[in-house]
Amino acid sequence: MELQTLTYIVVGITFAIYIGIAIWARAGTTQEFYVAGGGINPIANGMATAADWMSAASFISMAGLIAYFGYGGSVFLMGWTGGYVLLAMCLAPYLRKFGKFTVPEFIGDRFYSRTARIVAVVCLIVASVTYVIGQMKGIGVAFSRFLEVDYGDGLLIGMGIVFIYAVMGGMKGITYTQIVQYCVLIFAYTIPAIFISLNLTGNPIPQLGLGSTLVGTDTYLLDRLDMVVTELGFAEYTTQARLSTVNMFVYTMSLMIGTAGLPHVIIRFFTVPKGRDARVSAGWALLFITILYTTAPAVAAMARLNLMNTIDQPQAEQNLAYAERPTWFKKWEATGLLKFEDKNGDGLIQYTADKETNEMVKVDRDIMVLANPEIAKLPNWVIALVAAGGLAAALSTAAGLLLAISSAISHDLLKGVFMPDISEKSELRASRIAMAGAIAFAGYLGFNPPDFAAGTVALAFGLAASSIFPVLMMGIFSKKVGKEGAIAGMIAGISVTLLYVFQHKGIMFVASTSFLGDLPQNWFFGIEPNAFGAIGAVVNFVVAFAVSKVSAEVPQDVQDLVEHIRIPSGAGQAQDH
Amino acid sequence: MNKEHESAYWQENIRLMLKLLCVWFVVSFGCGILLVDVLNQIQIGGYKLGFWFAQQGAMYAFVILVFYYVKRMAALDRKYNVDE
Repeated sequence: MELQTLTYIVVGITFAIYIGIAIWARAGTTQEFYVAGGGINPIANGMATAADWMSAASFISMAGLIAYFGYGGSVFLMGWTGGYVLLAMCLAPYLRKFGKFTVPEFIGDRFYSRTARIVAVVCLIVASVTYVIGQMKGIGVAFSRFLEVDYGDGLLIGMGIVFIYAVMGGMKGITYTQIVQYCVLIFAYTIPAIFISLNLTGNPIPQLGLGSTLVGTDTYLLDRLDMVVTELGFAEYTTQARLSTVNMFVYTMSLMIGTAGLPHVIIRFFTVPKGRDARVSAGWALLFITILYTTAPAVAAMARLNLMNTIDQPQAEQNLAYAERPTWFKKWEATGLLKFEDKNGDGLIQYTADKETNEMVKVDRDIMVLANPEIAKLPNWVIALVAAGGLAAALSTAAGLLLAISSAISHDLLKGVFMPDISEKSELRASRIAMAGAIAFAGYLGFNPPDFAAGTVALAFGLAASSIFPVLMMGIFSKKVGKEGAIAGMIAGISVTLLYVFQHKGIMFVASTSFLGDLPQNWFFGIEPNAFGAIGAVVNFVVAFAVSKVSAEVPQDVQDLVEHIRIPSGAGQAQDH
Repeated sequence: MNKEHESAYWQENIRLMLKLLCVWFVVSFGCGILLVDVLNQIQIGGYKLGFWFAQQGAMYAFVILVFYYVKRMAALDRKYNVDE
């Protein structure tokens, strides 16, 4: 069957399932809308969390980044999984025991301050909105590439789908849909990896294939890859570090604590019945994520090797002729993400690290995963499956983020601050309107992406790492830190991070306003701006403890609250109040 | 339930958590980043050991750590009778 027809069928079936679930699991109360009634089985919740977490970035971009950075790409692998260890041990069970709906609600109660709650809401909305823009863009790109429609039409279709199932179903609908989406995306990611691993090494498990020898030889795959890339003048695949050891350390730490501080992830642990389930649930989420994350390095290395093997041969005169380039090459050339320029006019493609002679003038890293099955000449149904998987990843994350945004607006701002007497029905309506508004706003930015769209995803992690994570930790593990400390800490942490990012990347990412320039020699200890969240977090902790030393003691009832959340017994359902 | 009982439970929880966080730190920041060059001298199958920790081993260790924590905490909850 034609690839196009197959893609329509596979994507159509998965979408029919998502929307069917939304209608079936329609939320009737605020509790169902925000936390799915607090009654989701931990394994199911783990699966939903995994789908929520793995965005278009994990599915599409990450393997491409690793293929390009080699060992240096490990920061993403360790950073985005290690955060779950912190979540499971330090945050999830206690926040679940607290038994409310949102993260700012905890911060507001624990630090007995409406100001703290508002500061937290602002951090949350900024972090989530910047993140959701990236998802919208991913949805637009994926739809337009696979349905062969215009980018704008692709984005509109995607917005429509998210609107239907997120607004109607709330957390309950989203959770059930995400379980299905996890199955679709993990299947779509591992099947091509298994095929490619079999082709190259004869081992069907990609994680083992990466450490095996190539079919018909005694050469290990990684050794061969190291040899191929170094011959062409690239850095050795298995040892190239990302800038420096210090930078890798700080970057990994930022991603870990940013993960543990991202509100749309934390919120998921409010949906399980008990505090103990929150721990188990984090374990399952991590397991489900790890299946994809340990496959990614194999996909990355094999894609890089296949790409090199297709184009570049040991003798330069045997290189692939441009006239004989395969179909996938032509297709990606049409999108502008792959570019060839015949510099020496011999009609052959040369791919080297040397800017002067390299003729592959543009190889966008994001095309690696999507083009990979085609480069490896896999059957059409596998390629159609990858399209459905990429869309599932982008849609599930967008829905989770939108829910976090709408609950912050309707529950924390509207009910918590401006209209405390609002009825449950009106609150539910308000949260649906807020979510529709958020979709429209994110969609608008998806149509007219500001020039800082790419940079803001890193900023979302930096913000969560430097503001939300430290106050949550102090809120649970210290009875000494009071409201003055928490507010000062959050503001200091966020400001330092923002200042560092802006001074190198430009104010609001307008490059001309970067007063220190985006140059490695100006970086503080050689730390790249994307990695600065961890330093912001340290500032947050230091300021919060220092201020708390000189301000009033924490009231007794709040100290009792802290003791209460530390002990599992006596927790109720996630309750309305 | 009295205060000492609760605080003993909390202390034991903290000790377990710190121990496991040490392992968390060693497998990722230790083996995957700080000691990577040393470990890369050792080859296991086609993997250099440091590279393996950074791109595979640390993640497996994370999963084991969390499930081990879950198991130990369930036992601790029963021991102190603070189960839900």
